[in-house]
Amino acid sequence: MLITTILFYLFSAILLGSATAVITARNPVYASLFLVLAFFNAAALFILLGAEFLGLVLILVYVGAVMVLFLFVVMMLDINLTRLKEGFLSYLPLGLAIAILGVLELAVVFWTSPLGHVPAPAPIPANADNTRALGVLLYTHYLYPFEIAAVILLVAIIAAIALTLRRRQGTKTQNIDAQMAVRAKDRLSLVNLRGPEQ
Amino acid sequence: MMQDFFHSGWWAVLWSIIKIVIVVVPLLLGVAYLTLAERKVIGYMQVRLGPNRVGFRGSLQPIADALKLMFKEVIIPTSANRFLFLAAPVLAFVPALLVWAAVPFGPDVAISNMNAGLLYVLAIAGLGVYGIIVAGWASNSKYAFLGAMRAAAQLVAYEIAMGFALVGVLMLAQTLNLSKIVEAQAGGGFWSWYWLPLFPFFLVYFISGVAETNRAPFDVAEGESEIVAGFHVEYSGMAFALFFLAEYANMIFVSLLTTVLFLGGWYAPINTPLLNWIPGLVWLLLKTAFLLYVFLWIRATFPRYRYDQIMRLGWKVFIPVTIAWIVVVGIALETPMRALLR
Repeated sequence: MLITTILFYLFSAILLGSATAVITARNPVYASLFLVLAFFNAAALFILLGAEFLGLVLILVYVGAVMVLFLFVVMMLDINLTRLKEGFLSYLPLGLAIAILGVLELAVVFWTSPLGHVPAPAPIPANADNTRALGVLLYTHYLYPFEIAAVILLVAIIAAIALTLRRRQGTKTQNIDAQMAVRAKDRLSLVNLRGPEQ
Repeated sequence: MMQDFFHSGWWAVLWSIIKIVIVVVPLLLGVAYLTLAERKVIGYMQVRLGPNRVGFRGSLQPIADALKLMFKEVIIPTSANRFLFLAAPVLAFVPALLVWAAVPFGPDVAISNMNAGLLYVLAIAGLGVYGIIVAGWASNSKYAFLGAMRAAAQLVAYEIAMGFALVGVLMLAQTLNLSKIVEAQAGGGFWSWYWLPLFPFFLVYFISGVAETNRAPFDVAEGESEIVAGFHVEYSGMAFALFFLAEYANMIFVSLLTTVLFLGGWYAPINTPLLNWIPGLVWLLLKTAFLLYVFLWIRATFPRYRYDQIMRLGWKVFIPVTIAWIVVVGIALETPMRALLR
């Protein structure tokens, strides 16, 4: 059996298992750690396909940055598990309806479009530099969509910062510029304790 | 090379394991003796002798330390989350070893000379923070939790500056392959290395490296005088040793990567036949050893940063400086100054 096939089934099995665990784990910290594991295995699958750039960026952005902040927030919450479970039954019909709708839509897409019959990918030449290939495509063929996406992200960053920018009354903060400008003579005075020499 | 591995038979797996052993065993020995070097160097800087009882002038001290740590009991606090408490040191240690897969030790000498090596290194190095956060949370202790929070905020802040510094290297070398980045610096000795045109990046990268490894003066995550020992306060024995190994392996890694990216990797400082005759690995290790010495020197020299100043340095100084220098490098590459950079 080819090593790649074994690795593919291994990574896929862990991916599906951890994805299931994300929604079944009782402890939110466990859930987010399972999500990290799922991202990691998805990245491994990308790399198996030869898409090393996508795989590594998935780890860099989602595992290295997004999930750290998620975990950061989840760990600081005092989550009451019994309250989280309240109303499970009342939400169930809506949730099930959305799930079935999603599965149906995916099924329709897969049965009717050529997406469902993707031919086996051409073998990837050894040492193919897909980072460069992706870069060339993004900056030529897809330049406008790429730049629009960049502008949307910029707007999102500014909006997120603007949301946190509020002046509260009565808070005390350091004045960094004043601190940096301090010299020894502002804080220290030398006093001659003996008094004038006789 | 990565592709070759996946398309060939089992012997490739075996060959990879051999290569991993060849890299990891000297690395762990290096970690052991780095701890001795640290105690000796700081000892001499503070007019002390440092450890000098075990072996000749203390040369067997790391072995004694390792034995002691191995035989100490691993204590698990009653209210700790048992599974995550034991998983956290592993989560910290494994990324510290994983990054070495892409490190080049010579032209095309690496466990995996992958095309996206720089990206791989950046992605995997960022995973070490999970060990720290999980340790802080699973310990169920105030000090450990505070340390973990500090570490998480610090690492996220400095990783951005570090990433931007790497963008500069990427712009000049036009490749993500670490081996080719070194080869792009070949030619005229030390003035053709990237530290000169990318001087702000060199400084930002190395200082961020100090911050990423939680070393003094950025060691607020451990901060003995404030929060006892931070995230690893509840750990003992081998579990503690794994955090320790991870920290020192990361130090060696940051020094080696700074050498590869900014100090010409395995090239001699002056391009003459006499110096070129010395093997490249020697130069690589000498430069790495010098940067490691700087790590220890910094620790012996500077007092610990205040927490808000660390955040200010990361977000308000380093990130703007790197963004500005990226623009400078970008303009330089599109003007006749390009000739100076190549």
